[in-house]
Amino acid sequence: MRGTNSEEARAIADEIEARAAMWLRRRYWDWNADCQTEFDVWLDESWAHRVAFWRLEAAWERTERLAALRPMKPEPSGTTQSNKNRPFLFGIVASAAAVIVLGFGAVWWQLQSNGKTYSTLVGGHKTITLADGSSVELNTDTVLRVAISPTQRAATLERGEAYFQIKHDATHPFVVSAAQHRVTDLGTKFLVRADADNLQVTLVEGLARVETSGEWLPRHTAVLVPGDVVVASPESMSLRREPTRKLVGELSWRQGVLVFNRTALADAAAEFNRYNRTKLIIADPVAAGRQRSVSPSAAPATTR
Amino acid sequence: MADTPEIDREGERPHHQGADMTAPDVKAWFVREVLPMEAALMQFLHHNWRKSGDIADLRQDVYVRVCEAAQQKIPDPVKPFVFSIARNLLIDRLRREQVVPIEAVSDLDALGVAIDVPGPDRAVMARDELRRLQIALDRLPSRTREVVTMARIDGLTGREIAARLGISEPAVSQQLDTGMRALANLLYGEPADLRRGA
Repeated sequence: MRGTNSEEARAIADEIEARAAMWLRRRYWDWNADCQTEFDVWLDESWAHRVAFWRLEAAWERTERLAALRPMKPEPSGTTQSNKNRPFLFGIVASAAAVIVLGFGAVWWQLQSNGKTYSTLVGGHKTITLADGSSVELNTDTVLRVAISPTQRAATLERGEAYFQIKHDATHPFVVSAAQHRVTDLGTKFLVRADADNLQVTLVEGLARVETSGEWLPRHTAVLVPGDVVVASPESMSLRREPTRKLVGELSWRQGVLVFNRTALADAAAEFNRYNRTKLIIADPVAAGRQRSVSPSAAPATTR
Repeated sequence: MADTPEIDREGERPHHQGADMTAPDVKAWFVREVLPMEAALMQFLHHNWRKSGDIADLRQDVYVRVCEAAQQKIPDPVKPFVFSIARNLLIDRLRREQVVPIEAVSDLDALGVAIDVPGPDRAVMARDELRRLQIALDRLPSRTREVVTMARIDGLTGREIAARLGISEPAVSQQLDTGMRALANLLYGEPADLRRGA
Protein backbone atom coordinates (compact mmCIF):
# COMPACT_ATOMS: atom_id res chain seq x y z
CA MET A 1 0.00 0.00 0.00
CA ARG A 2 2.87 2.34 0.73
CA GLY A 3 4.07 2.11 -2.86
CA THR A 4 0.86 3.50 -4.37
CA ASN A 5 0.17 7.13 -5.15
CA SER A 6 -1.85 9.30 -2.86
CA GLU A 7 -5.20 9.09 -4.69
CA GLU A 8 -5.09 5.32 -4.55
CA ALA A 9 -4.03 5.31 -0.93
CA ARG A 10 -6.90 7.62 -0.14
CA ALA A 11 -9.42 5.39 -1.90
CA ILE A 12 -8.07 2.30 -0.14
CA ALA A 13 -8.26 3.93 3.30
CA ASP A 14 -11.81 5.06 2.60
CA GLU A 15 -12.82 1.60 1.44
CA ILE A 16 -11.33 -0.01 4.54
CA GLU A 17 -13.18 2.35 6.86
CA ALA A 18 -16.42 1.74 4.97
CA ARG A 19 -15.96 -2.02 5.42
CA ALA A 20 -15.16 -1.54 9.10
CA ALA A 21 -18.40 0.44 9.55
CA MET A 22 -20.34 -2.26 7.72
CA TRP A 23 -18.98 -4.95 10.06
CA LEU A 24 -19.66 -2.85 13.12
CA ARG A 25 -23.24 -2.20 12.03
CA ARG A 26 -23.86 -5.85 11.22
CA ARG A 27 -22.43 -6.91 14.56
CA TYR A 28 -24.74 -4.43 16.26
CA TRP A 29 -27.89 -5.48 14.44
CA ASP A 30 -27.60 -8.82 12.82
CA TRP A 31 -24.93 -11.33 13.75
CA ASN A 32 -24.36 -15.08 13.60
CA ALA A 33 -21.54 -17.62 13.56
CA ASP A 34 -21.01 -17.31 9.81
CA CYS A 35 -20.64 -13.53 10.10
CA GLN A 36 -18.14 -14.04 12.88
CA THR A 37 -15.98 -16.38 10.79
CA GLU A 38 -16.02 -14.07 7.81
CA PHE A 39 -15.32 -11.08 10.04
CA ASP A 40 -12.36 -12.81 11.74
CA VAL A 41 -10.81 -13.51 8.35
CA TRP A 42 -11.20 -9.89 7.30
CA LEU A 43 -9.78 -8.61 10.57
CA ASP A 44 -6.75 -10.90 10.36
CA GLU A 45 -5.92 -9.75 6.85
CA SER A 46 -4.10 -6.58 7.85
CA TRP A 47 -3.31 -4.09 10.56
CA ALA A 48 -5.12 -1.47 8.49
CA HIS A 49 -8.32 -3.48 8.87
CA ARG A 50 -7.76 -3.89 12.60
CA VAL A 51 -7.02 -0.27 13.44
CA ALA A 52 -9.92 0.99 11.32
CA PHE A 53 -12.33 -1.37 13.04
CA TRP A 54 -10.99 -0.80 16.56
CA ARG A 55 -11.29 2.93 16.14
CA LEU A 56 -14.92 2.86 14.98
CA GLU A 57 -15.77 0.27 17.59
CA ALA A 58 -14.22 2.32 20.41
CA ALA A 59 -16.18 5.42 19.37
CA TRP A 60 -19.40 3.42 19.08
CA GLU A 61 -18.88 1.88 22.51
CA ARG A 62 -18.46 5.32 23.97
CA THR A 63 -21.86 6.28 22.59
CA GLU A 64 -23.41 3.56 24.73
CA ARG A 65 -23.47 6.13 27.50
CA LEU A 66 -26.02 8.08 25.49
CA ALA A 67 -28.49 5.29 26.20
CA ALA A 68 -28.43 6.53 29.79
CA LEU A 69 -30.60 9.35 28.53
CA ARG A 70 -33.30 6.98 27.30
CA PRO A 71 -35.79 6.78 30.16
CA MET A 72 -35.73 10.45 30.99
CA LYS A 73 -36.66 12.67 28.09
CA PRO A 74 -36.34 16.30 29.14
CA GLU A 75 -39.41 18.43 29.58
CA PRO A 76 -38.72 21.53 27.51
CA SER A 77 -40.02 23.87 30.20
CA GLY A 78 -38.16 22.37 33.13
CA THR A 79 -34.60 22.19 31.85
CA THR A 80 -33.62 25.84 31.81
CA GLN A 81 -34.03 26.27 35.52
CA SER A 82 -32.02 23.16 36.36
CA ASN A 83 -29.27 24.34 34.06
CA LYS A 84 -28.96 27.58 35.94
CA ASN A 85 -28.69 25.87 39.26
CA ARG A 86 -26.04 23.39 38.20
CA PRO A 87 -23.90 24.81 35.45
CA PHE A 88 -21.79 21.65 35.21
CA LEU A 89 -24.62 19.36 34.31
CA PHE A 90 -26.19 19.67 30.95
CA GLY A 91 -29.93 19.86 30.54
CA ILE A 92 -31.02 16.27 30.28
CA VAL A 93 -29.02 14.90 33.17
CA ALA A 94 -29.92 17.84 35.35
CA SER A 95 -33.62 17.36 34.77
CA ALA A 96 -33.36 13.63 35.35
CA ALA A 97 -31.61 14.20 38.64
CA ALA A 98 -34.38 16.59 39.67
CA VAL A 99 -36.99 13.93 38.95
CA ILE A 100 -35.15 11.41 41.07
CA VAL A 101 -34.63 13.79 43.98
CA LEU A 102 -38.33 14.60 43.97
CA GLY A 103 -39.20 10.94 43.74
CA PHE A 104 -36.90 10.02 46.55
CA GLY A 105 -39.07 11.44 49.32
CA ALA A 106 -41.80 9.03 48.35
CA VAL A 107 -39.35 6.13 48.19
CA TRP A 108 -38.05 6.93 51.63
CA TRP A 109 -41.52 7.01 53.09
CA GLN A 110 -42.29 3.68 51.49
CA LEU A 111 -39.16 2.08 52.85
CA GLN A 112 -40.08 3.26 56.32
CA SER A 113 -43.62 1.99 56.08
CA ASN A 114 -43.59 -1.27 54.13
CA GLY A 115 -40.01 -2.18 53.31
CA LYS A 116 -38.81 -5.72 53.92
CA THR A 117 -35.46 -6.31 55.61
CA TYR A 118 -33.03 -9.07 54.61
CA SER A 119 -29.80 -9.75 56.44
CA THR A 120 -26.86 -12.14 56.72
CA LEU A 121 -24.59 -12.90 59.67
CA VAL A 122 -20.81 -12.78 59.56
CA GLY A 123 -19.78 -15.52 57.12
CA GLY A 124 -23.28 -15.70 55.66
CA HIS A 125 -24.34 -15.68 51.99
CA LYS A 126 -27.91 -15.46 50.79
CA THR A 127 -29.70 -15.02 47.46
CA ILE A 128 -33.12 -13.39 47.41
CA THR A 129 -35.55 -13.01 44.54
CA LEU A 130 -37.66 -9.88 44.60
CA ALA A 131 -41.27 -9.47 43.55
CA ASP A 132 -40.27 -7.80 40.27
CA GLY A 133 -38.06 -10.74 39.23
CA SER A 134 -34.79 -9.04 40.15
CA SER A 135 -32.37 -10.97 42.31
CA VAL A 136 -29.92 -9.87 44.96
CA GLU A 137 -27.07 -11.82 46.53
CA LEU A 138 -26.04 -10.71 50.00
CA ASN A 139 -22.47 -11.23 51.11
CA THR A 140 -21.24 -11.56 54.70
CA ASP A 141 -22.61 -9.28 57.46
CA THR A 142 -25.07 -7.42 55.26
CA VAL A 143 -28.36 -5.66 55.90
CA LEU A 144 -30.60 -4.70 52.98
CA ARG A 145 -34.06 -3.15 53.03
CA VAL A 146 -36.20 -3.45 49.92
CA ALA A 147 -39.48 -1.88 48.87
CA ILE A 148 -41.07 -3.03 45.62
CA SER A 149 -44.42 -1.65 44.59
CA PRO A 150 -46.12 -1.14 41.22
CA THR A 151 -44.88 2.44 41.17
CA GLN A 152 -41.45 2.33 42.84
CA ARG A 153 -38.54 -0.03 43.17
CA ALA A 154 -36.03 0.84 45.86
CA ALA A 155 -33.48 -0.79 48.13
CA THR A 156 -31.26 0.54 50.89
CA LEU A 157 -27.98 -1.19 51.67
CA GLU A 158 -27.53 -0.44 55.36
CA ARG A 159 -24.19 -2.19 55.51
CA GLY A 160 -22.18 -4.93 53.80
CA GLU A 161 -22.06 -5.95 50.17
CA ALA A 162 -24.64 -7.05 47.63
CA TYR A 163 -24.67 -8.10 43.99
CA PHE A 164 -27.74 -6.89 42.11
CA GLN A 165 -29.14 -8.40 38.93
CA ILE A 166 -31.92 -6.03 38.08
CA LYS A 167 -34.80 -6.79 35.79
CA HIS A 168 -34.85 -3.63 33.73
CA ASP A 169 -38.00 -1.54 33.57
CA ALA A 170 -37.36 1.85 31.99
CA THR A 171 -40.50 3.37 33.49
CA HIS A 172 -39.59 2.26 37.03
CA PRO A 173 -35.83 2.47 37.52
CA PHE A 174 -34.48 0.45 40.39
CA VAL A 175 -32.81 2.78 42.88
CA VAL A 176 -30.29 1.48 45.41
CA SER A 177 -29.20 3.87 48.11
CA ALA A 178 -26.22 3.27 50.34
CA ALA A 179 -24.03 5.49 52.49
CA GLN A 180 -26.05 8.55 51.39
CA HIS A 181 -25.48 7.85 47.70
CA ARG A 182 -27.76 6.42 45.09
CA VAL A 183 -27.30 3.95 42.26
CA THR A 184 -29.96 3.99 39.57
CA ASP A 185 -30.09 0.93 37.39
CA LEU A 186 -30.45 1.37 33.68
CA GLY A 187 -30.62 -2.35 32.87
CA THR A 188 -27.90 -3.82 34.88
CA LYS A 189 -25.82 -6.22 36.96
CA PHE A 190 -23.80 -4.46 39.61
CA LEU A 191 -22.03 -4.91 42.91
CA VAL A 192 -22.51 -2.47 45.79
CA ARG A 193 -20.35 -2.40 48.88
CA ALA A 194 -20.97 0.07 51.67
CA ASP A 195 -19.61 0.93 55.08
CA ALA A 196 -20.55 3.91 57.23
CA ASP A 197 -19.81 6.63 54.69
CA ASN A 198 -18.23 5.00 51.70
CA LEU A 199 -19.86 3.37 48.76
CA GLN A 200 -18.22 1.26 46.10
CA VAL A 201 -20.17 0.34 42.98
CA THR A 202 -18.81 -2.06 40.39
CA LEU A 203 -20.74 -2.40 37.16
CA VAL A 204 -20.57 -5.86 35.62
CA GLU A 205 -23.10 -5.58 32.82
CA GLY A 206 -25.48 -2.99 31.37
CA LEU A 207 -25.66 0.62 32.47
CA ALA A 208 -26.12 2.34 35.81
CA ARG A 209 -25.94 5.84 37.15
CA VAL A 210 -24.43 6.78 40.49
CA GLU A 211 -25.26 10.01 42.27
CA THR A 212 -23.65 11.22 45.43
CA SER A 213 -25.92 13.09 47.74
CA GLY A 214 -24.13 14.63 50.68
CA GLU A 215 -24.71 18.17 51.84
CA TRP A 216 -21.81 19.37 49.72
CA LEU A 217 -22.31 20.75 46.26
CA PRO A 218 -22.09 20.21 43.41
CA ARG A 219 -23.73 16.84 43.37
CA HIS A 220 -21.62 14.25 41.58
CA THR A 221 -23.11 12.02 38.92
CA ALA A 222 -21.47 9.29 36.91
CA VAL A 223 -22.91 6.99 34.30
CA LEU A 224 -21.15 3.64 34.43
CA VAL A 225 -20.41 1.18 31.67
CA PRO A 226 -19.23 -2.38 32.33
CA GLY A 227 -15.85 -2.51 34.05
CA ASP A 228 -16.35 0.86 35.74
CA VAL A 229 -15.86 1.05 39.48
CA VAL A 230 -17.07 4.07 41.41
CA VAL A 231 -15.88 4.74 44.92
CA ALA A 232 -17.81 7.50 46.65
CA SER A 233 -17.21 8.97 50.08
CA PRO A 234 -18.83 12.08 51.57
CA GLU A 235 -15.94 14.15 50.22
CA SER A 236 -15.32 12.75 46.79
CA MET A 237 -16.23 10.41 44.02
CA SER A 238 -13.76 8.67 41.75
CA LEU A 239 -14.31 6.52 38.71
CA ARG A 240 -11.87 3.95 37.39
CA ARG A 241 -11.99 1.19 34.82
CA GLU A 242 -10.98 -2.35 35.67
CA PRO A 243 -10.18 -5.20 33.33
CA THR A 244 -12.70 -8.01 33.46
CA ARG A 245 -10.34 -10.44 35.21
CA LYS A 246 -10.22 -8.09 38.19
CA LEU A 247 -13.99 -7.97 38.35
CA VAL A 248 -13.91 -11.77 38.61
CA GLY A 249 -11.90 -11.32 41.82
CA GLU A 250 -14.39 -8.86 43.28
CA LEU A 251 -17.25 -11.23 42.58
CA SER A 252 -15.47 -14.39 43.75
CA TRP A 253 -17.39 -14.49 47.04
CA ARG A 254 -20.47 -15.47 45.07
CA GLN A 255 -18.72 -18.78 44.31
CA GLY A 256 -17.67 -19.17 47.94
CA VAL A 257 -14.02 -18.29 47.36
CA LEU A 258 -11.86 -15.21 47.76
CA VAL A 259 -9.41 -14.30 45.01
CA PHE A 260 -6.49 -12.00 45.71
CA ASN A 261 -4.42 -10.45 42.97
CA ARG A 262 -1.27 -8.68 44.17
CA THR A 263 -2.89 -7.87 47.47
CA ALA A 264 -0.87 -6.95 50.56
CA LEU A 265 -1.12 -9.68 53.20
CA ALA A 266 -2.62 -7.25 55.72
CA ASP A 267 -5.36 -6.29 53.25
CA ALA A 268 -6.03 -9.95 52.49
CA ALA A 269 -6.34 -10.65 56.22
CA ALA A 270 -8.79 -7.76 56.58
CA GLU A 271 -10.82 -9.22 53.71
CA PHE A 272 -10.85 -12.69 55.37
CA ASN A 273 -11.89 -11.09 58.65
CA ARG A 274 -15.07 -9.84 57.07
CA TYR A 275 -16.15 -13.48 56.96
CA ASN A 276 -14.98 -14.72 60.37
CA ARG A 277 -15.55 -13.85 63.98
CA THR A 278 -12.11 -15.23 64.86
CA LYS A 279 -9.88 -12.54 63.38
CA LEU A 280 -6.59 -13.10 61.58
CA ILE A 281 -3.80 -10.80 62.75
CA ILE A 282 -0.52 -10.53 60.82
CA ALA A 283 2.09 -9.98 63.56
CA ASP A 284 5.11 -9.29 61.34
CA PRO A 285 4.85 -5.82 59.76
CA VAL A 286 7.21 -6.80 56.92
CA ALA A 287 5.13 -9.84 56.06
CA ALA A 288 1.97 -7.71 56.29
CA GLY A 289 3.16 -5.55 53.42
CA ARG A 290 4.08 -8.43 51.10
CA GLN A 291 1.93 -8.87 48.05
CA ARG A 292 0.42 -12.24 47.23
CA SER A 293 -1.86 -13.59 44.54
CA VAL A 294 -4.01 -16.46 45.76
CA SER A 295 -7.13 -18.15 44.56
CA PRO A 296 -8.06 -20.74 47.20
CA SER A 297 -10.55 -23.41 46.27
CA ALA A 298 -11.96 -23.80 49.77
CA ALA A 299 -14.67 -21.40 50.84
CA PRO A 300 -13.59 -19.14 53.67
CA ALA A 301 -17.13 -19.47 54.92
CA THR A 302 -16.41 -23.09 55.91
CA THR A 303 -14.70 -21.81 59.04
CA ARG A 304 -18.02 -20.33 60.04
CA MET B 1 5.15 23.54 26.93
CA ALA B 2 6.68 21.10 29.37
CA ASP B 3 5.23 18.25 27.43
CA THR B 4 6.65 18.87 23.96
CA PRO B 5 7.20 15.57 22.19
CA GLU B 6 10.84 14.57 21.88
CA ILE B 7 11.04 13.21 18.44
CA ASP B 8 14.49 12.05 17.43
CA ARG B 9 15.47 9.44 19.98
CA GLU B 10 13.99 6.26 18.73
CA GLY B 11 16.73 3.95 20.09
CA GLU B 12 16.95 5.45 23.56
CA ARG B 13 13.36 5.25 24.57
CA PRO B 14 12.68 3.13 27.63
CA HIS B 15 10.42 0.16 26.98
CA HIS B 16 8.71 -2.10 29.39
CA GLN B 17 7.51 -5.62 28.72
CA GLY B 18 9.87 -7.53 26.50
CA ALA B 19 7.28 -10.13 25.52
CA ASP B 20 5.29 -9.90 22.30
CA MET B 21 1.82 -8.48 22.58
CA THR B 22 -1.19 -10.38 21.33
CA ALA B 23 -3.75 -8.64 19.12
CA PRO B 24 -6.20 -8.08 22.03
CA ASP B 25 -3.37 -6.54 24.08
CA VAL B 26 -2.47 -4.20 21.25
CA LYS B 27 -6.12 -3.33 20.82
CA ALA B 28 -6.62 -2.45 24.50
CA TRP B 29 -3.44 -0.39 24.47
CA PHE B 30 -4.37 1.32 21.20
CA VAL B 31 -7.84 2.30 22.41
CA ARG B 32 -6.61 3.44 25.81
CA GLU B 33 -3.36 5.22 24.92
CA VAL B 34 -3.33 6.11 21.23
CA LEU B 35 -6.90 7.01 20.22
CA PRO B 36 -7.20 9.80 22.82
CA MET B 37 -4.30 11.53 21.02
CA GLU B 38 -6.14 11.64 17.73
CA ALA B 39 -7.18 15.28 17.96
CA ALA B 40 -3.56 16.31 18.50
CA LEU B 41 -2.40 13.98 15.75
CA MET B 42 -4.95 15.39 13.29
CA GLN B 43 -3.81 18.90 14.15
CA PHE B 44 -0.23 17.87 13.53
CA LEU B 45 -1.09 16.31 10.18
CA HIS B 46 -3.17 19.30 9.08
CA HIS B 47 -0.36 21.68 9.96
CA ASN B 48 2.19 19.70 8.03
CA TRP B 49 0.37 18.39 5.01
CA ARG B 50 -1.23 20.54 2.37
CA LYS B 51 -3.67 18.12 0.82
CA SER B 52 -6.40 17.79 3.39
CA GLY B 53 -7.90 14.92 1.41
CA ASP B 54 -4.95 12.77 2.43
CA ILE B 55 -5.32 13.28 6.16
CA ALA B 56 -7.63 10.35 6.92
CA ASP B 57 -5.36 8.03 5.00
CA LEU B 58 -2.25 9.39 6.72
CA ARG B 59 -3.90 8.95 10.10
CA GLN B 60 -4.70 5.35 9.29
CA ASP B 61 -1.14 4.71 8.15
CA VAL B 62 0.22 6.20 11.37
CA TYR B 63 -2.01 3.85 13.38
CA VAL B 64 -0.90 0.85 11.37
CA ARG B 65 2.77 1.64 11.92
CA VAL B 66 2.17 2.37 15.60
CA CYS B 67 0.38 -0.94 16.17
CA GLU B 68 2.88 -2.98 14.17
CA ALA B 69 5.66 -1.56 16.32
CA ALA B 70 3.69 -1.96 19.55
CA GLN B 71 3.30 -5.65 18.84
CA GLN B 72 7.06 -6.04 19.33
CA LYS B 73 7.43 -3.63 22.21
CA ILE B 74 5.01 -1.34 23.98
CA PRO B 75 6.46 2.15 23.58
CA ASP B 76 6.74 4.26 26.70
CA PRO B 77 6.14 7.15 26.66
CA VAL B 78 3.54 6.82 23.95
CA LYS B 79 3.15 10.37 22.74
CA PRO B 80 6.67 11.07 21.38
CA PHE B 81 6.57 7.64 19.78
CA VAL B 82 3.31 8.33 17.90
CA PHE B 83 4.45 11.75 16.74
CA SER B 84 7.81 10.47 15.60
CA ILE B 85 6.03 7.87 13.51
CA ALA B 86 3.74 10.55 12.08
CA ARG B 87 6.73 12.70 11.24
CA ASN B 88 8.62 9.86 9.57
CA LEU B 89 5.54 8.96 7.57
CA LEU B 90 5.21 12.52 6.28
CA ILE B 91 8.88 12.53 5.30
CA ASP B 92 8.47 9.22 3.46
CA ARG B 93 5.49 10.55 1.60
CA LEU B 94 7.26 13.74 0.64
CA ARG B 95 10.24 11.83 -0.65
CA ARG B 96 8.02 9.58 -2.68
CA GLU B 97 5.84 12.28 -4.12
CA GLN B 98 8.74 14.63 -4.71
CA VAL B 99 6.37 17.54 -4.59
CA VAL B 100 7.92 19.53 -1.83
CA PRO B 101 11.60 19.67 -0.91
CA ILE B 102 12.46 17.85 2.26
CA GLU B 103 13.56 21.07 3.94
CA ALA B 104 9.89 22.00 4.15
CA VAL B 105 9.49 19.70 7.13
CA SER B 106 12.60 20.82 8.97
CA ASP B 107 10.55 22.81 11.43
CA LEU B 108 8.30 19.89 12.33
CA ASP B 109 10.00 19.54 15.69
CA ALA B 110 9.52 23.19 16.49
CA LEU B 111 5.77 22.89 16.10
CA GLY B 112 4.00 22.86 19.39
CA VAL B 113 1.29 20.28 19.47
CA ALA B 114 -1.60 20.98 21.78
CA ILE B 115 -2.11 17.86 23.82
CA ASP B 116 -5.27 17.57 25.81
CA VAL B 117 -4.12 16.47 29.26
CA PRO B 118 -7.01 14.91 31.18
CA GLY B 119 -7.63 16.55 34.51
CA PRO B 120 -7.67 14.55 37.73
CA ASP B 121 -11.37 14.91 38.47
CA ARG B 122 -12.96 11.78 37.05
CA ALA B 123 -16.48 12.87 37.99
CA VAL B 124 -16.14 16.02 35.92
CA MET B 125 -14.69 13.89 33.13
CA ALA B 126 -17.66 11.58 33.21
CA ARG B 127 -19.99 14.55 32.87
CA ASP B 128 -17.82 16.04 30.16
CA GLU B 129 -17.99 12.74 28.35
CA LEU B 130 -21.78 12.70 28.27
CA ARG B 131 -21.82 16.28 27.15
CA ARG B 132 -19.25 15.62 24.49
CA LEU B 133 -21.24 12.66 23.21
CA GLN B 134 -24.32 14.79 22.94
CA ILE B 135 -22.48 17.56 21.13
CA ALA B 136 -21.13 14.98 18.67
CA LEU B 137 -24.62 13.60 18.15
CA ASP B 138 -26.01 17.09 17.55
CA ARG B 139 -23.40 17.75 14.91
CA LEU B 140 -24.39 14.83 12.71
CA PRO B 141 -26.47 15.57 9.60
CA SER B 142 -30.12 15.42 10.59
CA ARG B 143 -31.08 12.18 8.86
CA THR B 144 -27.95 10.44 10.13
CA ARG B 145 -28.64 11.71 13.63
CA GLU B 146 -32.20 10.40 13.49
CA VAL B 147 -31.00 6.95 12.51
CA VAL B 148 -28.19 6.87 15.09
CA THR B 149 -30.57 8.03 17.83
CA MET B 150 -33.16 5.40 16.96
CA ALA B 151 -30.50 2.68 16.76
CA ARG B 152 -28.41 3.60 19.78
CA ILE B 153 -30.75 5.32 22.21
CA ASP B 154 -34.13 3.83 21.33
CA GLY B 155 -32.63 0.41 20.53
CA LEU B 156 -34.59 -0.07 17.30
CA THR B 157 -33.58 -2.48 14.53
CA GLY B 158 -32.84 -1.49 10.94
CA ARG B 159 -36.23 -2.75 9.83
CA GLU B 160 -38.10 -0.79 12.51
CA ILE B 161 -36.22 2.38 11.66
CA ALA B 162 -36.90 1.93 7.95
CA ALA B 163 -40.62 1.59 8.69
CA ARG B 164 -40.69 4.66 10.91
CA LEU B 165 -38.79 6.89 8.52
CA GLY B 166 -40.38 5.51 5.39
CA ILE B 167 -37.03 4.73 3.74
CA SER B 168 -35.49 1.46 2.60
CA GLU B 169 -33.49 -0.77 4.92
CA PRO B 170 -30.29 -0.39 2.88
CA ALA B 171 -30.72 3.38 3.18
CA VAL B 172 -30.96 3.03 6.95
CA SER B 173 -27.80 0.88 6.99
CA GLN B 174 -26.03 3.47 4.88
CA GLN B 175 -26.97 6.20 7.35
CA LEU B 176 -25.83 4.19 10.34
CA ASP B 177 -22.46 3.45 8.68
CA THR B 178 -22.06 7.15 7.94
CA GLY B 179 -22.99 7.94 11.53
CA MET B 180 -20.49 5.48 13.00
CA ARG B 181 -17.69 6.95 10.89
CA ALA B 182 -18.66 10.54 11.64
CA LEU B 183 -18.91 9.84 15.37
CA ALA B 184 -15.37 8.42 15.42
CA ASN B 185 -14.12 11.59 13.72
CA LEU B 186 -16.05 13.84 16.09
CA LEU B 187 -15.14 11.94 19.26
CA TYR B 188 -11.48 11.30 18.52
CA GLY B 189 -10.41 13.63 15.74
CA GLU B 190 -11.78 16.92 17.02
CA PRO B 191 -10.22 18.82 19.91
CA ALA B 192 -12.14 18.58 23.18
CA ASP B 193 -13.10 22.20 23.76
CA LEU B 194 -15.75 21.60 26.40
CA ARG B 195 -13.97 23.37 29.17
CA ARG B 196 -13.65 26.51 27.14
CA GLY B 197 -17.05 26.17 25.46
CA ALA B 198 -18.98 25.56 28.68
